[in-house]
Amino acid sequence: MKETLNKIKAEALSALDDASCNIEEIRIKYLGKKGELTSVLRMMGQLSAEERPVMGQLANEVRAQIEEKIASMQELQKQKKLEEALVNEKIDVTIPGKKRTTGKLHPLNKVQREMEDIFIGMGFSIAEGPEVEYDYYNFQALNIPENHPARDTQDTFYITDNILLRSQTSPVQARVMEKQQPPIRIISPGRVYRSDEVDGSHSPLFHQLEGLVVDKGITMGDLRGMLETFAKTMFGEKTQIRFRPHHFPFTEPSAEVDVSCFVCGGKGCRLCKGEGWIEILGAGMVHPNVLRTCGIDPEVYSGFAFGMGIERITMCQYGIDDMRLLYENNVKFLEQF
Amino acid sequence: MNLSRKWLGDFVDVSDISNKNYCDTMTYTGSKVEGFEVLGEDIENVVVGKITKITKHENSDHLQICMLDVGEGSDIQIVTGAQNVFEGAIVPVAKAPSKLPGGVVIKAGKLRGVESNGMLCSIGELNLTTHDMPSAIEDGIFIMNGLGEFTLGMDIREALMLSDDVVEFEITPNRPDCLSVIGLARESAASFGRKLTVPTPSVKATKDGDKIENYLKIDIASELCPRYTARVVKNIKIEPSPLWLRMRLRASGVRPINNIVDITNYVMLEYGQPMHAFDYKCLDGSHIIVREAEDNEKFKSLDDIDHTLKKKMLVIADEKKAVALAGVMGGANSEITDDTKTVVFESANFNGASVRVTSRSLGMRTEASSRFEKGLDVETTIPAVERACELVELLGAGEVVEGMIDVYPSPKKQHIIKLEADRINGFLGTNLTEEYMKDVLTSLCFEIKGDDIYVPSYREDVEGMQDIAEEIARIYGYNKIESTAFVAQLTQGERTPHQKFDNAVRDTLCALGMYEINTFSFISPKYYDKICMPADDKRRKSVVIKNPLGEDTSVMRTTSMPSILEVLAKNNNLKNEEVALFEVATIYIPNEDEAKLPEEPKQLVMGMYGGCDFYDLKGTIEELLDKCGIDGVEYKAEKANPTFHSGRCASIYTKDGEYLGVFGEIHPNVANNYSFGKKVYIAELDFEKMFEVRNKDIHYKALPKFPALTRDFSFVCDEDIEVGTIEKIMKNASTSVVESIKLFDIYRGVQVGENKKSVSFKVSLRAADRTLNDQEADSAVKKILKALERELGITLRA
Repeated sequence: MKETLNKIKAEALSALDDASCNIEEIRIKYLGKKGELTSVLRMMGQLSAEERPVMGQLANEVRAQIEEKIASMQELQKQKKLEEALVNEKIDVTIPGKKRTTGKLHPLNKVQREMEDIFIGMGFSIAEGPEVEYDYYNFQALNIPENHPARDTQDTFYITDNILLRSQTSPVQARVMEKQQPPIRIISPGRVYRSDEVDGSHSPLFHQLEGLVVDKGITMGDLRGMLETFAKTMFGEKTQIRFRPHHFPFTEPSAEVDVSCFVCGGKGCRLCKGEGWIEILGAGMVHPNVLRTCGIDPEVYSGFAFGMGIERITMCQYGIDDMRLLYENNVKFLEQF
Repeated sequence: MNLSRKWLGDFVDVSDISNKNYCDTMTYTGSKVEGFEVLGEDIENVVVGKITKITKHENSDHLQICMLDVGEGSDIQIVTGAQNVFEGAIVPVAKAPSKLPGGVVIKAGKLRGVESNGMLCSIGELNLTTHDMPSAIEDGIFIMNGLGEFTLGMDIREALMLSDDVVEFEITPNRPDCLSVIGLARESAASFGRKLTVPTPSVKATKDGDKIENYLKIDIASELCPRYTARVVKNIKIEPSPLWLRMRLRASGVRPINNIVDITNYVMLEYGQPMHAFDYKCLDGSHIIVREAEDNEKFKSLDDIDHTLKKKMLVIADEKKAVALAGVMGGANSEITDDTKTVVFESANFNGASVRVTSRSLGMRTEASSRFEKGLDVETTIPAVERACELVELLGAGEVVEGMIDVYPSPKKQHIIKLEADRINGFLGTNLTEEYMKDVLTSLCFEIKGDDIYVPSYREDVEGMQDIAEEIARIYGYNKIESTAFVAQLTQGERTPHQKFDNAVRDTLCALGMYEINTFSFISPKYYDKICMPADDKRRKSVVIKNPLGEDTSVMRTTSMPSILEVLAKNNNLKNEEVALFEVATIYIPNEDEAKLPEEPKQLVMGMYGGCDFYDLKGTIEELLDKCGIDGVEYKAEKANPTFHSGRCASIYTKDGEYLGVFGEIHPNVANNYSFGKKVYIAELDFEKMFEVRNKDIHYKALPKFPALTRDFSFVCDEDIEVGTIEKIMKNASTSVVESIKLFDIYRGVQVGENKKSVSFKVSLRAADRTLNDQEADSAVKKILKALERELGITLRA
């Protein structure tokens, strides 16, 4: 009997070694109701009392071994089938994906927001003012009286004799100072208008971002420091700034400010026209007449102001060479930003 | 301002400084340089030559063979086609190989078989005109005989004084003093630490007992003229100015005319003081009266244009008539002519604003007016007229009559500012010594006495401490000021709720696949026609620009729909197939009171075409409003908006019934106006209203703990019944267990019959505190169904 059991075991296990065997058939053949092991067990009654437990144990062991082997083979075959299925389900992963599009902010507004965020981080708030503005705020309050030649540098659109389309965002400064005593720290981005024909670098409507800080003890060194921080954040850590004396009626001293070219780093390239520097803003210490007109005592307070063209910065940053593209709104253009 | 560096050398020696270095330094000390030009740079190997022999060309009727002595020992042969040459003529010779202006290169060659080793030049070929070289003819070789002593072989640039370096400055309106050679010499001296030498002009004048009082009386009858200075010159000989003077004018961009006119221009360029010369014989009564014009007074300017003057315009008149428009232009009636014998040189000061108003209103902007309007130095009138007379004597242009008339009713006091070194350092963020500050100011011709700074009369722009600080800072160097982080009271930087909302809306629309655009605020009034706006629509009343660039940009928009339609049309023309755009656009609503500013609210406009329909746009709006926390909005069919398709347009109302916007397919006529040839969908939402009704607070609602039951049902109803109506009735009849009602299908077909549709809804029911049972769900649904039957007479589809 022992031999029979061992033979069954050997046969069954070897049958199961074939990876492609029919497991169910083998199970029925050996372990089924009419299976070979079952038939052997039926003969247990004929054994002696001493032999019976020994054979019973052996028979159980054989059954367990076969069952174990069956289970492992079943798992093996299942995995194999899965593998086959996965192969059949293969797709071409190089076919382009199904498009899920988001839109994009207009490049000007994107850059404007970037600039705003930098200044907000430095404690500035955003002030707004009307685009259709009184001559008073656009000029007179900013130390540009009527018939002042400085008016020539900004060809202005007029609505009435006293109302115009603001030619700069500076009137917001005057409006803020009129309402608020220092400390003042604001920026005012927005649309401005000048009577320039449209071409690659001019537009009768463009955007400026103006900044104003008024407090006790503000110095020109502070203006440099603040603009340097802005330039480094906006254009990169290595950016340098450079001041050139200039004249604006509402600041004294006044400067035009260049940043080192962020494409070539100052070596000279197409963007900076070989200069290594790009002019991006005008700045200066707020003119005492402006402070006084707005009800702030220039003996007690000082401040600085700066203004820059958002178009210019956007064009420099993205290498856009024609301003008209910004207002054409061709989707092929807009989707690039 | 174009500055001749040769001329500059009369006052300050900076000749060792290269053009590049000169320009950079001047820019950094505050005189912005636009660029520089090296005159004569385009001429090479052109020399003075003398024609020694002329022979006829055998193979040509018009060519001649010239032998030229160019100081080389042996003559060179050049063939010319010009007929004005003669033996003994001194001419400019372009020796082969040589370069001429305009990139012309002259090489040796043969002309009809005869060797020619260069070219004889006309003035045009040297880029000169008959104004520059009055003795020359335009179409012929430039004959230089009698023009001076020339060495043969001399470089033509030297012979004709063509070489100079010209620096172009952009002078800001606060520094009219720098619109002069002397002004820039002052700046140059301070910038380079060089010595400035401005000689005082000296006039000999006639010693024949003749006095100016014998000629002239001057009265000022208006405050608009602070000072009027004049001298008289007799026995005038009108002729061309000498070469050196003509070439200096040419380098400065001024055309030489004749000695007297050139002298006035020369002095204007040198001193910054515009001058005028009258023909004395044209002054009726020998009397100059500076007065304001009469209303409608007639005046013919020397460019022969008739003007009608108004009160407040300042004129120079004699006893009968106006002879000049003060500070703008002289009159034709007293112009210098070839037979002028006696002239009056005027060197006067006029009120800048008045000159500006006059020149603007007459449309006459001249070199003089653009200088006067900036406000000139009242103290320069005398040196300028003296210099003019000095030049008259130098040129032998006439005899200066003894004496000067100087009418200066209220002499200006010199402005004095205290030097406050500490305050200046505190303002600039520097640490400069008082000594240094004084040195800088002295170099800029400020006079220092103790702590008092005496401001030169020509520096009207210097008013107080800040101006002094600027003078010091620009010479010290703006870029040497150390950057500091300002210590100030803390301020919080934050966007306002309105600004945050603006950004959120734009971000949401981008996330929904829309591209943001940026359009002009001004439009053509015709754009209102293009969107079929009714003639009596109040939106047609726009803020109108008085001086627009063109009709296209002449009014401020009251709606931003035309703007986005233009952009959509542009994209359509560019064959962009699927386009979805938006803009948060400002519109401008005129104030009833025209003296007040218009309202400037914002609108949200959206537009799309290609691969989309009405419901894509509506879905975008729904998602946006949901994101903004604007719920309970109602969409009503809008049949009467002429911009839109009458059957495919909806107005949006807030839950309180306030108008929020309109959207839909544009009317075929509008589509036609923009040549779309396809369906286009646009929306116009009241951004300010959206901001007002947005839900600021988000409250967490507990997540459901108990399962939901759903019930689907379909009704057949008349085509005309809107889904919105059905939904509204269903919602009104819903009990608290009804969680949501969603449309999921609309079916039209033979089974439901003509002009009917089948609409299917899924109702989800749930109780917050227990598992809902079927009976409860059914009774809630029954209530809804009853309401539908009662109000619309529709029942479940069999």
